[in-house]
Amino acid sequence: MSPIVLLGVLLLLSAAAYHVGRRKAFAMAGAGGRAVRLHSRPTYHGALVALWCALPALLLFGLWLSFENAIVTRMVLERLPESLRSQPPDRLNLLVNDIRNIAAGHFDAAAAEPAIREAAAAYQRLRGLSRQALSAAVIALAALVAVFVRRRLRPSLRARNHVEGILTALLVACSTIAIFTTLGIVLSVVYEAVLFFRIIPFWEFLFGLNWSPQMAIRADQVGASGAFGAVPVFLGTALISAIAMTVAVPIGLMSAIYLSEYAGKTFRSIAKPLIEILAGIPTVVYGFFAALTVAPFVRDLGAVFGLGVASESALAAGVVMGIMIIPFVCSLSDDFINAVPQALRDGAYSLGATRSETIRRVILPAALPGIMGGILLAVSRAIGETMIVVMAAGLAANLTVNPLKAVTTVTVQIVTLLIGDQEFDSPKTLAAFALGLVLFVVTLVLNVIALYIVRRYREQYE
Amino acid sequence: MFTLTRVEEAMTKGTERERTTGEEPSAGGRPERESRETVGTVTVENPRMVCRGVNVFYGDKQAIRNVSIDIGRNEVLAMIGPSGCGKSTFIRCLNRMNDTIEGCRVTGEILLDGVNIYDRKVDVVPLRAQVGMVFQKPNPFPKSVYENVAYGPRIHGLARDRTELDRIVETALRKAGLWEEVKDRLNEPGTGLSGGQQQRLCIARTIAVNPEIILMDEPCSALDPIATSVIEDLIFELRTQYSICIVTHSMQQAARVSQRTAYFHLGDLIEVGPTERIFTNPRHPLTQDYITGRFG
Repeated sequence: MSPIVLLGVLLLLSAAAYHVGRRKAFAMAGAGGRAVRLHSRPTYHGALVALWCALPALLLFGLWLSFENAIVTRMVLERLPESLRSQPPDRLNLLVNDIRNIAAGHFDAAAAEPAIREAAAAYQRLRGLSRQALSAAVIALAALVAVFVRRRLRPSLRARNHVEGILTALLVACSTIAIFTTLGIVLSVVYEAVLFFRIIPFWEFLFGLNWSPQMAIRADQVGASGAFGAVPVFLGTALISAIAMTVAVPIGLMSAIYLSEYAGKTFRSIAKPLIEILAGIPTVVYGFFAALTVAPFVRDLGAVFGLGVASESALAAGVVMGIMIIPFVCSLSDDFINAVPQALRDGAYSLGATRSETIRRVILPAALPGIMGGILLAVSRAIGETMIVVMAAGLAANLTVNPLKAVTTVTVQIVTLLIGDQEFDSPKTLAAFALGLVLFVVTLVLNVIALYIVRRYREQYE
Repeated sequence: MFTLTRVEEAMTKGTERERTTGEEPSAGGRPERESRETVGTVTVENPRMVCRGVNVFYGDKQAIRNVSIDIGRNEVLAMIGPSGCGKSTFIRCLNRMNDTIEGCRVTGEILLDGVNIYDRKVDVVPLRAQVGMVFQKPNPFPKSVYENVAYGPRIHGLARDRTELDRIVETALRKAGLWEEVKDRLNEPGTGLSGGQQQRLCIARTIAVNPEIILMDEPCSALDPIATSVIEDLIFELRTQYSICIVTHSMQQAARVSQRTAYFHLGDLIEVGPTERIFTNPRHPLTQDYITGRFG
């Protein structure tokens, strides 16, 4: 029986168990012509039997499948002749792969050595045996537990509480998946980063002024300096993010002020979705907009003023990234401006304040903490943004704050380090994880600060 | 329309005014319960504000119907009535606070010192400086106590230098009876004061702009009885310098602080008269029902 069919059978079994449990509950309730008071409704008795029928069997099923391969492989290897078994581990792995492939019918068995052919046959046989045993064990376990639980059903059984307890445990398990995933990602990045820091000292990475992650494969290779100072890369990220915020904050904030304080209902209902469409444009589209339209425009404009502008200038990438962030700043600021109570506006207006005085002296100061939080969230997005800078920013790690020069960013470096052929024990590849770790820490800190500010602000008016 | 005629009659025939305000009801005895014309005298001698035939619409819905009333100098006019009767809507017309509400339309005449405040040429900004307002919920700005009071004088440029501003702030706080309590913590946030203090801070803030009329929209409904009585005393004192128009749910409060009382019912001004008379001898059956607590 294949595992899928087995799962189907298990489902049918537990459905049957549900009915059996429920029928027994009805029978108990009506036994002897007098109604007995059940603690829980019959459906809960049914659900309890069904859950007990399915869960232990599923657990067995999962454990069996996860260990089956290793056990069967070991048993097959033990039958191999000594000459084949005593190979080094990596050759042995290849051998195991061969055996599995022949067993699965991917290779022509006739071409293989007789010993391996035999091993493949043994593998196939053992696995078939294991599957049969699994089916028998799972079905037997499900049925046994169901019968046992059905026997234990009593009118006074707190079936509802049991069922709810089991379901709560399931919900908790689901909700921890996201947490464990985050934890897993962090740990894997930290692990690789630690490997990197074993080769390159942490302080050299963090404060080194030279970034040139080319490792020499041969001793006499040319142009392989292998410098891992991350300062130019982070400076590039900071420069492009700063340009982006210079574009996004004034435009976003002012459009938010217009939308929430001046615009009429109809204009607002049209303009706000239009601005939010900006947020829906894929960043790769922004990327070629930056590379093909804005960058040449900036270069030509620079030429008019007699300035030499790199064709992959930080300015072009930053401006386009700023445009991408506008809806983010605008819609958050708009929310916070709207959250300022009408009473404060009324208070200012009733003193004879004009609209602009009310906005400047009352509404903006009141909304400022929230707006600051929104801006910080936008910054952390700008820092983590990848596609635009991959397409529009350069690769050369120049240590400069001149927006007309080409700079590179953390995300661009991570992408280039991990693209193409690579060895996972070279510092060149591991550097990507170190960069990723630092980037993660920076955005995490920014997000935590921003969320703290935003929450403090929300409490103030709720 | 009929109300307007009555009012004009009353205005032109000054001698007959006594007859309508006096004990003697007009010919025909008590008004019918269904009658929606204003009973009592809406005019006063030498009024500060004159409202004639005021209608207010929210979209298609009419919230105020044909209200005419005067606000005298140095008097407290109380507006009472059941919830949703339009008294708050009406008071917000007097300094055009309704302008900020979308879909709100006001017709009729509201004259402040002879000028129609809804006239095209009138700017709402100086108008609101002349007609200040205190709201139901204390709404101090999230600034210091000092800055809360200084806000109005600053934007209107009432003080030439810091000493003058200090003086204005102190005077306003003294008039609002708050100076002694806050003089040592002028730089603490206004939102940190107690509810009653916050409301007096809002009154001080309004006084600091030196208005002629102060509108109060249920100023005590969010306060405890002690804070309420402090504010009521304050209103009683402020009457000597300002005209005050107060909306209240508490009839005791209207009786304590006001000289004249207006009773609103479902958008109509039902009855106006000296407070004592309204509470002791209401003429309209609806007023009578409300005063005696039969509804509302």
